[in-house]
Amino acid sequence: MAPGAPSSSPSPVLAVLLFSSLVLSPAQAIVVYTDREVHGAVGSRVTLHCSFWSSEWVSDDISFTWRYQPEGGRDAISIFHYAKGQPYIDEVGTFKERIQWVGDPRWKDGSIVIHNLDYSDNGTFTCDVKNPPDIVGKTSQVTLYVFEKVPTRYGVVLGAVIGGVLGVVLLLLLLFYVVRYCWLRRQAALQRRLSAMEKGKLHKPGKDASKRGRQTPVLYAMLDHSRSTKAVSEKKAKGLGESRKDKK
Amino acid sequence: MLLLLLSIIVLHVAVLVLLFVSTIVSQWIVGNGHATDLWQNCSTSSSGNVHHCFSSSPNALPRPWPSVQATMILSIIFSILSLFLFFCQLFTLTKGGRFYITGIFQILAGLCVMSAAAIYTVRHPEWHLNSDYSYGFAYILAWVAFPLALLSGVIYVILRKRE
Repeated sequence: MAPGAPSSSPSPVLAVLLFSSLVLSPAQAIVVYTDREVHGAVGSRVTLHCSFWSSEWVSDDISFTWRYQPEGGRDAISIFHYAKGQPYIDEVGTFKERIQWVGDPRWKDGSIVIHNLDYSDNGTFTCDVKNPPDIVGKTSQVTLYVFEKVPTRYGVVLGAVIGGVLGVVLLLLLLFYVVRYCWLRRQAALQRRLSAMEKGKLHKPGKDASKRGRQTPVLYAMLDHSRSTKAVSEKKAKGLGESRKDKK
Repeated sequence: MLLLLLSIIVLHVAVLVLLFVSTIVSQWIVGNGHATDLWQNCSTSSSGNVHHCFSSSPNALPRPWPSVQATMILSIIFSILSLFLFFCQLFTLTKGGRFYITGIFQILAGLCVMSAAAIYTVRHPEWHLNSDYSYGFAYILAWVAFPLALLSGVIYVILRKRE
């Protein structure tokens, strides 16, 4: 039982350190992002987006490669290459003169546009990005579907229906509140005119109405006036009072 | 007074929970080892261990589904809105006033559930092709939620605020 020296042997500590340095070192891999599916109509154009994340800065030797594998085919052919700041477009294959480079390496964008789609363009496109010294990584694939007419996506239809109905209901609600507000304001204006007329004749009803509380003074005031005056507003007040005032 | 308020809120929340469960759980139609709901077809293998779910492919079949799914989601939205509006009106309504907006939204939610369940009842043979089936519990919950939602809405309309 020697005191002092810590009994743990150095090897587990070393192992942990070694392990962490291997696993937790900055991962040198490039990650490529593309859409999963793209829909296009015959004869139109479609954009294949490709973006990437790299742990290194974008170098001048960065290269993008697009490969195409036809639907049901087994081989992938290379249709586009970008290297050293220069795009190289397919000039002999099926995509002859149909590809346009719209990407920009500085914005980490490697997108291309395919013009004048045809049914034979159905297939899988692979985007491959290499950013030396960061060259190890996964590529990403996008599947192109060519339709005669692009069908509206289901989620869009669902969202449109729900949004439409909600919008209509809220609009009706808003309309109702606006109409009610205007109506009440007109009643208040009318009441003010009446009370101005009444000042000479009767004193009490005005005070009584204000005593009954701050809530809905207009309704109570109108009801009081409907008893005492024979103005045109009497009919209006009665209509308003009976529809709103609950019989307690 | 507090008891009444609590019971009304409990009823409303129960309706909301029923709506959620009915929309999300996959048990509208059950048959031998497969279950369908609004969103996907799930089937279990005979051993009962493996679930395969196929989400409804959007562009394939003529679909009554936008209407059923949309109305179920709408009913949930209306019910949530009405709960929110109830609390708003509880504190801002004048004494003696009635909870019209809350009641209207809750009644709308009930009507939406009813229309969703009715459309589903009428149109579901178009969607799945099995002849032997029975309705699952989520379908029953949708029909149960409808009168409860109507009841809750009517209670809100006749309820009056006191101090």
